[in-house]
Amino acid sequence: MSGVAIVTIIIGLGVIAWLSARAKAARLGAASPRRSGDGAPPRSLLHSRPGYHGWYAALWVALPALAFLSIWANIMPGLVTERVLESPAAASLPEDGFARGAILGEARNLAKNPGAIAFDQRSQALVEPYREAHRFYSIGGALAAVMLALAGAAFAFTRIRPDFRARTRVERIVMMTLLCASLIAIITTVGIVASLLWESLRFFSMVNPLDFLFGTKWSPQSAALGYGNDDAFGAIPLFWGTIFIGAIIAMAVAIPLGLMSAVYLTQYAKPAARAWLKPILEVLAGVPTVVYGYFAALTIAPNMRDFAAWVGISGASSESALAAGLVMGVMIIPFVSSMADDSIASVPQSMRDGSLAMGATTSETIRQVLIPAALPGVVGGVLLAVSRAIGETMIVVMAAGLAANMTLNPFASVTTVTTQIVQLLTGDQEFDSAKTLAAFALGLVLFIVTLLLNIVALQVVKRYREAYE
Amino acid sequence: MSARNVNVYYGEKQAIKEVSIDVDTDNVTAFIGPSGCGKSTFLRTLNRMNDTVPSARVEGEITLDGENIYSSGMDVVQLRARVGMVFQKPNPFPKSIYDNIAYGPRIHGLASSKADLDTIVESSLRRAGLWEEVKDRLKDSGTALSGGQQQRLCIGRAIAVEPEVILMDEPCSALDPIATAKIEELIHELRGRYAIVIVTHNMQQAARVSQRTAFFHLGNLVEYGVTSEIFTNPREEKTKDYITGRYG
Repeated sequence: MSGVAIVTIIIGLGVIAWLSARAKAARLGAASPRRSGDGAPPRSLLHSRPGYHGWYAALWVALPALAFLSIWANIMPGLVTERVLESPAAASLPEDGFARGAILGEARNLAKNPGAIAFDQRSQALVEPYREAHRFYSIGGALAAVMLALAGAAFAFTRIRPDFRARTRVERIVMMTLLCASLIAIITTVGIVASLLWESLRFFSMVNPLDFLFGTKWSPQSAALGYGNDDAFGAIPLFWGTIFIGAIIAMAVAIPLGLMSAVYLTQYAKPAARAWLKPILEVLAGVPTVVYGYFAALTIAPNMRDFAAWVGISGASSESALAAGLVMGVMIIPFVSSMADDSIASVPQSMRDGSLAMGATTSETIRQVLIPAALPGVVGGVLLAVSRAIGETMIVVMAAGLAANMTLNPFASVTTVTTQIVQLLTGDQEFDSAKTLAAFALGLVLFIVTLLLNIVALQVVKRYREAYE
Repeated sequence: MSARNVNVYYGEKQAIKEVSIDVDTDNVTAFIGPSGCGKSTFLRTLNRMNDTVPSARVEGEITLDGENIYSSGMDVVQLRARVGMVFQKPNPFPKSIYDNIAYGPRIHGLASSKADLDTIVESSLRRAGLWEEVKDRLKDSGTALSGGQQQRLCIGRAIAVEPEVILMDEPCSALDPIATAKIEELIHELRGRYAIVIVTHNMQQAARVSQRTAFFHLGNLVEYGVTSEIFTNPREEKTKDYITGRYG
C-alpha cells in the first residue's frame, strides 16, 4: 500500500471523526439542561463549542497515526533488509560488506522499478524476497497506523462530555504547532553552529588557536604540501583584508551615499519622485551578487589598475581591494539607505516642525535635529550593513584576489575570510587535513563576529525605538 | 500683522474662507472655535508653516509690517525668525537645555561670542520662567524635563530669536492644570513685548489670557473683538451658542 493512500485514509478518518464528534457534541449541548432566566437567551452548558470537540477528535485521529507513519517510514528500510537477509535466497551472498551492500541496493532498485536491468545475477534472486518483505512491512505499518487512528478516535469520543474543555486542548496543540515551526529555524542554527564548532575543534587540535588568530602568515598550500602546520595558518592578513574591504572601503562608499539618498528621499523628494526612486534603489538590493562580482572584476578592477598606474602608485594589481570594496559599497547602499530612511522617518514630525518654525532651513534641520535624533537607528543600520559586507562572498571571490597581503594600499590585492573559505573548500578535498578544516575555523570566526555585530546593532536600534514611543 | 481675504485649501477642500483679521501688537489674541474649524490652520498660515504640507494652498494677503509674507521676495527663514511658534505638544530637540535655547540664535547668527550666547540663553530662560529651575543643569537633555517645563523651554526657544509675533497652537492641551497656570502666567508677562496669538479649546483660558478673541466656525471668522465683550455680549448667535456650551 502506498504512502499517499494511507495518509489519505488517515485524513479521511480525521474528517469523519471531526464531523461525528462535532455532531455528538452539538447533540450533547442541545440535550444539556438550559438555564433560561427572565428573557435571557438560553445558555448551553457545553464548555467548548462543538467545533472544538470536532477538532479535538480529528487531531487525536491524525496526529498519532501520522507521527507513527513518519517514524515507520524511517525504520522500515532497515526492517525490510533484515527480513531479506533472513530469506533462503540471501544465503548465497558474499561475506564482504561492500559487495553485499551493492547487491542489496541493486535488488531494492529492481524491486521498485521492474524495468531496471540487473548487473549482478545474484541480485535478481533477491528481488522477490525484497518485494515480499516490502509488502509485508508496508501493509503491517498501514494497518498499525489505521489501528492507532481508530484508537485515537475511540479515546477522543469517550471524552466528549459537556464539561470537557476541548477548546483549551485544541488551543494548546495549535500553540505547540506554532512553537515547533519557530523552533525549526533555531534548531537549524544550533546545528550549523555545532558543526562549525566540531570541525573547528578538529582544526584547533592540529593548529594552535593563538597561532591562528594572531599569526601573520597565511599559506595553507605549504601546509598541504607537507611543510608542517606551524606558521601556515596565521589568519590576521585575512581579517585585515575583510575589514579593509568590507568595513572600510565599502562603508566609505555606502554610509555617505546611503545616508544622503535617505535624506533626499525623506526630506526633499516630492511624493511622486519618491514613489519611483525608492523602488529603483531597492532593485539594487535585488541584483544577484555574482553580477556585482563580474562588474567589479571585469569593469572596475582593470580601470582601477590603469588609474593607479597613471597616478604612479606602485603595487597596483588587477584584483584590488578598492575594486571589490567600491562595488560592495554600492551593493550595500540600499541597505544603509533604507535603514536610515526608516529611522529618519520615525523622528516625530513635531521635531521637524519645531526646527522649521525657528527659521531653520531644511538642511539645518536635517543636520542639527533629524540626523542627531535618528543617529542610533542609523548606527544600528550601519552595523548591520558591516555585518552583511564582511560576510559577502561572491564579489570578493571574483574581484579581491587570493594573495594574503597586509597592506594599506587599496590598489593592491588582498584576500578575505570568505574568499579563503571558498578556496579551501572547492574542488576535491580530504576532510582530515588542517588545510580543509581551516575553512571551518574561519567560518566560526566570521559567524561569531557577525553575530556580535547583529546583537549590538539590534540593541542600539531597540533602545532608540523606545525613546520615541 | 493683518490678513485680508485669506483662503486656504487642502487639495480640493477649503479649510479657511475669506478670513480678514488684524492682530494687535500689544495684546494677546485668542482663536477659539470647535474642532476642525480651521483656527490652527489659520495660525499656521501666519508663519507659513503650511508650506510643509504639500497639498496646502493659500490665497489672499497676509502682511507683517506692511510686507506680504506670501510674496516671492519674502524669505521664509527670516519670516519664521520674526514670527515664532509654540506647538501643541512640547517638542524640545533631543539636545541639552542650553543647546535647545541656543538653537535659534546659532542658526540666525545672533550671538557673536560664547558670552553673548550665554547671555541670550539666560535671559530667554528667565523670560520663559524656567531659569531658576534649570540653571544648574543646562547640560541636561531638554527631553528629560517635565511636560510643563518642556513647553516653557519651547517658549524660551521661540523668544531667544526675539520674534515680533509668537504663535501658540494649543500650548497647554498636553499639560496638567498647574503647568497650564504657569504657562498662562508666562503669557501675561510676555504680553506687550511680543504680539501673541494663541489657539485654544479652553474658553476659560481664552478669557483669562487674551484681550482680543476671534471665533472661528467651519473655516469662517464669525466674530472678532474685545475678549470681555465676546464672552459677555457676543454679537453673533453662533458665538453665543458656542461660548455657552450649546455645541462644539
